Amino acid sequence: MSDLVDTFLNWDHITAVLPDLLRTGLVNTLILAGSSAVLGTVLGLGLALLGLSHRRWLRWPARVYTDIFRGLPAIVTILLVGQGLAVVARPVIGTNPYPLGILALSLIAAAYIGEIFRAGIQSVDKGQSEAARALGMTHVATMAKVVVPQGVRRVLPALVNQFIALVKDSSLVYFLGLLASQRDLFRIGQDVAANTGNLSPLVAAGLVYLLITVPLTHLVNFVDRRLRDGQPVRGGDTLAEFEPARA
Amino acid sequence: MPSSSLLVRDLHVSFGPVEVLRGVDLEVPRGTTTCVIGPSGSGKSTLLRAINQLEPPSRGEVLLDGSGVADVNVLRRRIGMVFQHFNLFAHRTVLDNLVLPLRSVLRLSQEEARDRASRYLDRVGLADKAPFRPSALSGGQRQRVAIARALAMEPEVVLFDEATSALDPELVKGVLGLMAELSSAGMTMVVVTHEMGFAREVADQVCFLDHGLVVESGPPAAVFGSPTAPRLRKFLDQVL
Repeated sequence: MSDLVDTFLNWDHITAVLPDLLRTGLVNTLILAGSSAVLGTVLGLGLALLGLSHRRWLRWPARVYTDIFRGLPAIVTILLVGQGLAVVARPVIGTNPYPLGILALSLIAAAYIGEIFRAGIQSVDKGQSEAARALGMTHVATMAKVVVPQGVRRVLPALVNQFIALVKDSSLVYFLGLLASQRDLFRIGQDVAANTGNLSPLVAAGLVYLLITVPLTHLVNFVDRRLRDGQPVRGGDTLAEFEPARA
Repeated sequence: MPSSSLLVRDLHVSFGPVEVLRGVDLEVPRGTTTCVIGPSGSGKSTLLRAINQLEPPSRGEVLLDGSGVADVNVLRRRIGMVFQHFNLFAHRTVLDNLVLPLRSVLRLSQEEARDRASRYLDRVGLADKAPFRPSALSGGQRQRVAIARALAMEPEVVLFDEATSALDPELVKGVLGLMAELSSAGMTMVVVTHEMGFAREVADQVCFLDHGLVVESGPPAAVFGSPTAPRLRKFLDQVL
């Protein structure tokens, strides 16, 4: 039993790896996940809008893209993009695997986020866009100012879930080969675990992941509750005061 | 108040193989109110939606002050519309519901837009609701905000699509009162309604629509008092 505790929770190993985890691993994981979250959200919104287009030649590529990047294992996409484009991209980005790693993670995230946005935008009542169009607003203005803001608000919880997935998937970038300073949480934990023959450093890495993901999970619940409370179905009908006759 | 005549000529609308409007002619002189009545499915709402191109007509034309408007966004800017379900922008405050189209379509400055929005909210008696979300308002208040939003664009014609049908009975009177007020102020209006009392009292002209055609039209006294078409007589028997 004490062997088991020592394997997973050796305090000396944990405290030894912690500075590296926080100073290097946490920073790199947040860079990877944060950049791909931003890029994936932008690409995803574009995909959603294309996927909702009335023009088949715009809609169709978006659907195919989504099917492919949602259907492939993340690691396959990361290796194909990260290694496949490395030769082409080397003159621009050198040998740093981060730009292509972030690109691969973003491409994957965009497929999921695009579907989330598409569902949100589709759930907005048709009357909203009709009212905007009837006032003379252009299609673009209607989407940008009326439909998309409401659709996005509705899917914020699902979006945060996707960010959580990104934090976890960012660990796969280690397959592209990382320098010591480029290592993320997983890689640092894994390296030290391999060197010491003890799993405690990996457990420490896992704890730092939880430090990011658990608050995000609660953020989802909080956002969800806020949105629910903020948009009651029958609104403030309870506040309705008697309508004075104006005739 | 800006106001124009509206002329609808030979308007056809089809949903797939079904022809919902089969050649509607309608003349609404400047500053007058026309009420469109008829059984459900007769094409009343489709007529309004076709006038401002929410349902693109397959044939026919819509003339404002005698001339056609090529740009659909300009046409819609010049024709206001009030919907059965209000369709207020749920994510914006009451004031912003008016400000948004004033900024986006008329390109008013923030200050001008807010000024004008407040003025029109005041006109429908809801200036105090400016900072609230639409969800905090009663149905009647929401519809008055929707009317203010349409009026703030200073349209030349306003279309009302069963504006009181979704309201609780006790809230109907306030909205109809506001519409009557606009009518007597000289707004050109086309009102699709089931409120026969309103049509009788406020309309200058009543049009009875059935199966996508204007079957009978005339002053309310004639349409309600001495209807000639058998279908209109049957309809009036059912609703009055």
